[in-house]
Amino acid sequence: MGNGLRASKRGWSESHAPAAAVTGLLLALAFVSPAGVWAQTASSAAPAPSPAPAVTAPTATEPTAAAPAAAAPAAAPAPTAPTVVKFADINSGDTAWMLTSSALVLMMTIPGLALFYGGMVRKKNVLATLMQSFAITCLVTILWWLVGYSLAFTPGSTAYLGSFGHALFNGVVYLHDASKLSVSHLGTTIPETVYAMFQLTFAIITPALICGSFAERMKFSAMLWFMGIWLLAVYCPIAHWVWEPSGWLAVKGVLDFAGGTVVHINAGIAGLASALMLGKRQGLGRESMAPHNLTLTVIGASLLWVGWFGFNAGSAVAADGRAGMAFAATQIATAAAALAWMFTEWATKGKPSVLGIASGAVAGLVAITPASGFVGPSSAVIIGVAAGVICYLSSTSVKRALGYDDSLDAFGVHCIGGIIGALLTGALVSKDISGVDSTVLTQLWGVGATLIYGFIMSMLILKLVDMTIGLRVTADEERQGLDITQHGESIE
Amino acid sequence: MKLITAIIKPFKLDDVRAALTALGVSGMSVTEIKGFGRQRGHTELYRGAEYTVDFVPKSRLEVAVRANLLEQAIEAIVTAARTGKVGDGKIFISDIERVIRIRTGETDDSAL
Repeated sequence: MGNGLRASKRGWSESHAPAAAVTGLLLALAFVSPAGVWAQTASSAAPAPSPAPAVTAPTATEPTAAAPAAAAPAAAPAPTAPTVVKFADINSGDTAWMLTSSALVLMMTIPGLALFYGGMVRKKNVLATLMQSFAITCLVTILWWLVGYSLAFTPGSTAYLGSFGHALFNGVVYLHDASKLSVSHLGTTIPETVYAMFQLTFAIITPALICGSFAERMKFSAMLWFMGIWLLAVYCPIAHWVWEPSGWLAVKGVLDFAGGTVVHINAGIAGLASALMLGKRQGLGRESMAPHNLTLTVIGASLLWVGWFGFNAGSAVAADGRAGMAFAATQIATAAAALAWMFTEWATKGKPSVLGIASGAVAGLVAITPASGFVGPSSAVIIGVAAGVICYLSSTSVKRALGYDDSLDAFGVHCIGGIIGALLTGALVSKDISGVDSTVLTQLWGVGATLIYGFIMSMLILKLVDMTIGLRVTADEERQGLDITQHGESIE
Repeated sequence: MKLITAIIKPFKLDDVRAALTALGVSGMSVTEIKGFGRQRGHTELYRGAEYTVDFVPKSRLEVAVRANLLEQAIEAIVTAARTGKVGDGKIFISDIERVIRIRTGETDDSAL
């Protein structure tokens, strides 16, 4: 998000890239990563390092690549960290749209995603599945206020993680008497409170998406621990890498308009890790695991679709032309993907299923996410069709062939759709719209880094939780269902 | 007295009820059931995962009638429930030893 601003800065940012990678990798190592793996990645990731200049909060203010559509009209140097401005600097149109977008994106998780997933599980697990989305919403909100926002969206001392400067929303201010308030450097025309809440809703839906992979078998307590640690150790760093202008992937020029990489690849690969770690559901392939109520799923998918306009058009962080283009691209790509999935299924399996068209729509929404503010409508059609067909295959035949139990296809739809979107963003990016260029190669950095870091960290966190409190419910509890065994409730 | 147990297609239930009440049958019990006969089940496909549904939904109708009404009742059910396609159902007839109406204590034919 905030790419209007960041995109315009890409000109300066690219030159620092290799150096940035090395400095921070070492520091990141100390913070959260398994040493061996990162050392390897580092050597392959940054082939020609020169002594590293400090890349945090670069002072560069003049976009070398002139971007006419850039979001920063201010003549003064653009801020590189959250700053306090006068009330008059706030744009009421932008603020109104971003308040609306934040609420729309929250609606994607509760009730959108909750219903989408809730309808696909068996009846004995529906409450537990709804509960996962709801509880994650609450947990992430508190963690975001505590430290998450600060770690993700403030410049840190490395290119790998933000500072603790805005922990507990310290410095996120509204001063009535002085007629001043704080703004983020990623959205200078709206209050920082609004920007932080908008970003919060992304931080909520990302872990909630992972739930699709381990549905119907994870302990509720284990899920809370996993999600809490995952948010801080995986989501916040990756959001920082890609979206904070001093993050190393942002510096490399990786484009991710609204979260194809940060949200969808990230959630999807964590989903694969959890599907592998938890193992298959009992009776998979022998008993019916058919969705218990596809009505809920269709309502959920529809809420996701509507909410996604906040996600994508909101990622312009302004009520402007870029938001409008993102809106159009989102709608068109989604329709194309839904039809592509439907016709593929119709042609190969004989019937156009309701679950199929709803899944196709979600796949299209995922794939257009990284591209939405950077491509035109025709490219959106291409991205949509690719997502519809490929995600159909990855959630059906590929999944069956490989044998993991990604229950509700968080990996098959979100990770694969996210990768398609990220790479096609590089191929189809329109300089007229985005103001920047990118290549598939640049985009591969974002995809690769997220897949590697996300997978390894997710496995480690899951292992940790498994060794301490255990990840999975007992066989008896699984047979009885999570509703009654985890929450003491059930529906008839 | 005879007990008629008829397994029929659910959407034929109203027709059968109308045909039986026209004969003067004044009560019946209906249960939603699942089962299979020659119709067998069908398959459903969710994101490529195929599930065989072995048991198909049916309605089970239980009617107690006087012996002299039996043939007419059978005829009414068969006529009303038949579509001519596999899965129309079956009718089972059994004897009833006694019938008691709880409210009045009436027994047998007068309790029907």
